Amino acid sequence: MAERDSAPRVAERDSAPGAAELRAYRALLGAQARSQAAYRTSFVVDLVGNVGATVFDVVTVLVIFGVTRELGGFTLRETLVVVGLSACGFATADLLVGNIERLPRYVRTGLFDAVLVRPLGALPQLLLMDLPLRKLSRAVFGLAVLLFALVSAGIDWTPGRVALAVVAPLAAVVFFASVFVLTATVSFYWVDSGELANSVTYGGRDFTSYPVTVYGGWFRALFAYGMGFAFVSYHPALALLGRADPLGLPPWAGWAAPGVAVVAAALAALAWRVGVRHYRSTGS
Amino acid sequence: MGSVTATVAPPTGAHVTPWFRTFGAIAAAGFRRHATYRQAAVAGLFTNTVFGFLRCYIFLAATGAAGTVAGYDRAQLATFVWAGQGLLAVIAIWGWTDLADRIRTGEVAADLLRPVHPVTSYLATDLGRAGFAALARLVPPLVIGPFFFAVYVPRHWATVPLFLLSVLLAVVVCFGCRYLVNATAYWLQDVRGPMILWTLGSGVLAGLYFPLGFLPGPLETVLRYATPFPSILQVPLDVLVEREPMSTGLALVGVQAAWVVALLALCRLVQRRAERRLVVQGG
Repeated sequence: MAERDSAPRVAERDSAPGAAELRAYRALLGAQARSQAAYRTSFVVDLVGNVGATVFDVVTVLVIFGVTRELGGFTLRETLVVVGLSACGFATADLLVGNIERLPRYVRTGLFDAVLVRPLGALPQLLLMDLPLRKLSRAVFGLAVLLFALVSAGIDWTPGRVALAVVAPLAAVVFFASVFVLTATVSFYWVDSGELANSVTYGGRDFTSYPVTVYGGWFRALFAYGMGFAFVSYHPALALLGRADPLGLPPWAGWAAPGVAVVAAALAALAWRVGVRHYRSTGS
Repeated sequence: MGSVTATVAPPTGAHVTPWFRTFGAIAAAGFRRHATYRQAAVAGLFTNTVFGFLRCYIFLAATGAAGTVAGYDRAQLATFVWAGQGLLAVIAIWGWTDLADRIRTGEVAADLLRPVHPVTSYLATDLGRAGFAALARLVPPLVIGPFFFAVYVPRHWATVPLFLLSVLLAVVVCFGCRYLVNATAYWLQDVRGPMILWTLGSGVLAGLYFPLGFLPGPLETVLRYATPFPSILQVPLDVLVEREPMSTGLALVGVQAAWVVALLALCRLVQRRAERRLVVQGG
């Protein structure tokens, strides 16, 4: 890697990455890919094991529909669109930035110091240092569930809905990625936060796997609208299916997904910058 | 150096009291060790609570107009979910790799030199850990749940002691499974594969993702009696919510006890076979 700066500098950068930086990132990614593929059997086991987690999420939905005809006023075919959007969005975000959940360990062991003194952005480095290619299988499966759901739901396709079917999963990826980064920044302040982040990341995945009509009270208000999870899968699914929201939001709420995702990304970026600035090394 | 049989012969009758004293001391150490991770316990409790809300709402939605599903009414489902979230930490279903790590690094040699059988000493530590978890992780969800959902209170006085016994057996069954998964490190070094299979299988087959009653009847019966998985989570919960008559509950606890005996015997057998081939480098 080219040593462009000898002096340690604060990691966050305002300028767009230059060609040299992109080369460095590509080198990091290439090294990751090679090292992970080196142990081929382990890699295959990991690929299979990782798809299993998402498979069981879908199986759970199927089993629940084995004992009931509808869930929160939605049929299996309709719910599968919700599941597909959630699974596709979460699995892809988990592949791209899910490893940020290791940040507490990096902070505790002091590895984060090493990341900060390098002349590259801290966040991209952390993501590329350990990009879990084994999670590829999960993302592909999530996409397959979404495609199957979209085909089998009997959607009355219009140009607008085709566009939404493309934009909504991308917005879901951005939203979940933001949630991963946001929750990880907690460890800058509370190193022993342990599985706390899981309650929002994996909790959000479970929440978005079902129509929000299933939930009730302040819990629904908090997760669905306070944190915005309703716009990840539920409202886009309503817009795709052409159903009115039983809870009374207008039909355009499905189109709010990209906007909500952008807001989430902005919040995550802000929280990350504030968090990095707050970071105190644990010492050597 | 010649080969040594590190595992001592089981103590005979005259040594029973010291044996219990040793077991108790190791268990107490396990309790104290885990009692120091208080912040992690609070964070875990928060996560359990969020998932308690999620699963409770989802399962309750499945009851529909009839108000019952798979032999549970709404209150029983709520108790099933909240007690289940608490039990997760007590049985420590996921994340235990202590033994596998020690096998990989060779530190297990120190365990083999001790005058206590490794299965016994790890079990004692685990029971101490479970004791702390029962206080710090099982009680709070049982208190939080009723604030937000109508929960089921056992009707029969004998249910509570039977539930506690069932939880104790569940901890040991879960420990036995985890020990076996970890012990594959003696042969494989890298336990990632078995660990992934265990993590995936245990969550679904133990009744965490959905009560096994949601499955077709014969499938649930096979899982209950022919695999140890329901014994680590579903059985204590079914006992607590009195899903079936007391006699069935007693029978299920009996099945748990049988799994305890079978799994601990298997752990010792696997341990003995492993010690014969274990090579630890260094001096």
